[in-house]
Amino acid sequence: MSHIELTVNGEKRSDDVEPRLLLVHYLREVLGLRAANVGCDTTSCGACTVLLDGKSVKSCTVLAVQAAGHDVTTAEGLASAGELHPVQAAFRQHHGLQCGFCTPGMVMATVGLLSENPDPTEMQVREALEGNLCRCTGYHNIIKAVLAAAEAAQASAWAAGIEESA
Amino acid sequence: MSILGTRVLRTEDPKFLTTGGVYTEDVTDDRLAGAYHVFFVRSPVAHARVNSVDVSAALDAPGVVAAFTGADLADQPVIRPAAAGLMNVEMIQRLLATDKVRFVGEPVAVVVTEHPYQGEDALELVEVDYDPLPAVLGFDPDDSSLLFEAAGTNVAGNWGDASQLKQDLFDGCEVVVSHTIVNQRLAPAPMEARAGAAVWGEDGRLTAWIPNQGAQGTRSGLAKLLGLEASQVRVITPDVGGAFGAKFGADPEHAVLGWIARRLGHPVRWAETRYENLISMTHGRAQQHTVTIGGSRDGNVAAYRLEIVQDAGAYPKIGAILPFLTILMTTGPYDIPKAEAVAKVVVTSTTPIGAYRGAGRPEATAAIERAMDLFAAEIGVDPAEVRRKNLLAPFTEPHRTAFGALYDTGDYAAALDKALAAAGYADLREEQKRRRAIGDVRQLGIGVASYVEITGMGDGDDTPPQENATVEVHPDGTATILTGTSPHGQGHATAWAMLASDELGIPVDKFTLKWGDTDLIPEGGGTGGSRSLQQGGAAVQQAAQELIEMARLRAAAQLEANAADLVFDKSRSAFAVAGDPEASVPLTQLAEDERLLVRAVFSAPGATFPFGTHVAVVEVDTETGKPTLRRVVTVDDAGVVLNPLLAEGQRHGGIAQGAAQAFVEEVVYDADGNPLTTSFADYPFLSATEVPSFELADMATPTTYNPLGAKGIGEAGSIGATPAVQNAIIDAVAHLGVRHIDLPVTSRRVWTAIQQAAAAGSGSEH
Repeated sequence: MSHIELTVNGEKRSDDVEPRLLLVHYLREVLGLRAANVGCDTTSCGACTVLLDGKSVKSCTVLAVQAAGHDVTTAEGLASAGELHPVQAAFRQHHGLQCGFCTPGMVMATVGLLSENPDPTEMQVREALEGNLCRCTGYHNIIKAVLAAAEAAQASAWAAGIEESA
Repeated sequence: MSILGTRVLRTEDPKFLTTGGVYTEDVTDDRLAGAYHVFFVRSPVAHARVNSVDVSAALDAPGVVAAFTGADLADQPVIRPAAAGLMNVEMIQRLLATDKVRFVGEPVAVVVTEHPYQGEDALELVEVDYDPLPAVLGFDPDDSSLLFEAAGTNVAGNWGDASQLKQDLFDGCEVVVSHTIVNQRLAPAPMEARAGAAVWGEDGRLTAWIPNQGAQGTRSGLAKLLGLEASQVRVITPDVGGAFGAKFGADPEHAVLGWIARRLGHPVRWAETRYENLISMTHGRAQQHTVTIGGSRDGNVAAYRLEIVQDAGAYPKIGAILPFLTILMTTGPYDIPKAEAVAKVVVTSTTPIGAYRGAGRPEATAAIERAMDLFAAEIGVDPAEVRRKNLLAPFTEPHRTAFGALYDTGDYAAALDKALAAAGYADLREEQKRRRAIGDVRQLGIGVASYVEITGMGDGDDTPPQENATVEVHPDGTATILTGTSPHGQGHATAWAMLASDELGIPVDKFTLKWGDTDLIPEGGGTGGSRSLQQGGAAVQQAAQELIEMARLRAAAQLEANAADLVFDKSRSAFAVAGDPEASVPLTQLAEDERLLVRAVFSAPGATFPFGTHVAVVEVDTETGKPTLRRVVTVDDAGVVLNPLLAEGQRHGGIAQGAAQAFVEEVVYDADGNPLTTSFADYPFLSATEVPSFELADMATPTTYNPLGAKGIGEAGSIGATPAVQNAIIDAVAHLGVRHIDLPVTSRRVWTAIQQAAAAGSGSEH
């Protein structure tokens, strides 16, 4: 057993885990955070995507011990005070989810993408989400939701800029 | 204003977006506390005699509670072929293989452990001695290696009699074209793989959590597999992460879980890996078509023949029934004076075939739409024009086809014209001409596919399609709906609430939808075959209307008024006396006095037939053969639309899956029957980079078969898109002399076809 200390959705956690325990299983089975799903064996599908220090990672390919000392954010940690995070809200607004299985991973990958590229083109969104598979939506409304979330963030950043300079 | 027909956002979304759905693996339940984990040992060979299975080493491994083999389950019922009476009765399956294995992935033994990681380890310790036999593969397997010795043949059965095909069918045709084409094997690959949990109660009943498409059918299936009465089984349906036809009923693995839970007197659970999913969940499609089409040089089709070979995989399951649906839809939307179709079903040492989005109908459409293009190419007439010439004229009274299908309503030419106009067809042809003239490396291809399909079929001719719903209004102003359908992404919680809200004046977000628990809802047809809205939704509306009428009588008694003098004010969800709005009583108060609940059963006169046309635009790099899908423009007429947001979502998903079949996805086996597409790194599951955003045009021809006027929309996209995209890619290189390329139309196949055509010198000069 290895001892790990890390922050998950803003809360300090400390546990003794098997060295081979995957981060996704730590989140799901030890912490009971089950939004991230396991959809494949080969790091291909992205249903387990979470943020590690703000960058999106596939938590099936990170060992829990590798996350020690780091900051993990899951879909459960995005919404605040009962309000959907703007990316979550955009997915709902544009019907960017159906069965929901890929959704938490898709949302986290989007948050990761927009933090690196706040104003992506449609092709950039498609390329950024290539590692997140969805069988229901044909990606159409996911792409729409991501572009809308980016636009809304740009608009509010612009508005905030106006406010600051005023 | 009515809420019906508006883009109401899904009420189920906040959960999925924040804490996530509660899929079978996520279920926490007191009854499952301390559940053991079940792992299946699966055959690594396609076809072999099983000499021995030794679990002793596994039993000694850490955390292993038990291990079982086929011999332990030998007294369980055998699984008989589907389509009883038509398929060879000797082609039986066991829950765990005993004497033989017949596909890579067939379960041979199970290991039960305390923790999941221990199971992964212990699986490796089970010793199985196989005596390999020759693999049985392809659409024409000979009988030199028999999957079932007792059957004496690898042909499972036939639909129709090939010896009765008419020799003179094409007499009088100026042109006859024939081609053998493949509708390849696909993996349904829902994002949530299969899973299950099982526990026996002290009452002697089995409770099983299974991701499925209809708990009631799953309960019957599970009971049958275990030799139980349906009343001894309760199926609970957690959230389901996609199904696409492949989660109908119960699988052998689910029965094994139930057997182990009883044997050990302890709850068990199972969640398969993606590897297991890709080799042992049923696959779809897997048909070979020989199409022959004949007609006049000016484009009138006079005769069409479809000869099908269905590869059913190792055991004849739903796959053996698919040709029935394909044959039923042989002529599609066309008025063809003479047509005939037959099918042969063969077994092979591959994963069994089941339903996959469209199940039999996409195959029929792909066959005739390819045939139409082959015919058009032969006579040198525009493929859209050939279609227009041969489409059935608009009809509003049901039309019976030569194959027995009863089309309810349709205006196929209008759908074609609308799609061509939306795509800018004439301009596209001009652009194509320009690129051909200059010998552009990136050639443009335009593909057209018209279709009609069948949705909301009943179980047979004797029982009309039906579905039940229960609506209850509670004193606190909330309401509950119980449905016999089984949503797994379609948005029933929102759609059913809209229908009831529209009758009851209760806001959509006050409704709770329940489904998929057979103790709570003993009857139901589930969700599949695009049946839910037209039958399940209609039942909800009917229940809500009946509830209003029941409440009216109670309100009349309470207000001491004549029931006929009461008006229902939806804005207040209350009855009031006409002309005296002060004298009123809300539904909530009536519910307080006595439970306000109605169960209704909606029966439809028959199946409905949505239709449409898809136009696909591709660019093909003639140097590499790489096709790039640029546009898909569709008209999908499924009658009256309840919620455009949801209907469009169904279309998008279907179009993507259809396009994926056209040029991306295929399950591949090597010559020894080893599957080569066993992970998402190898199975080319469609990603966001391979498709464009789609262009949807609206058209709504109501059906008279339900009060909503709605037909099914779940599978339409996957039916139209495959031939449209396939036709487009072939069209892009048609001027080089290419007439046909099999599905999936990959870069390599396109490149090869171009080379072969060049070698044959068959290209037209430009």
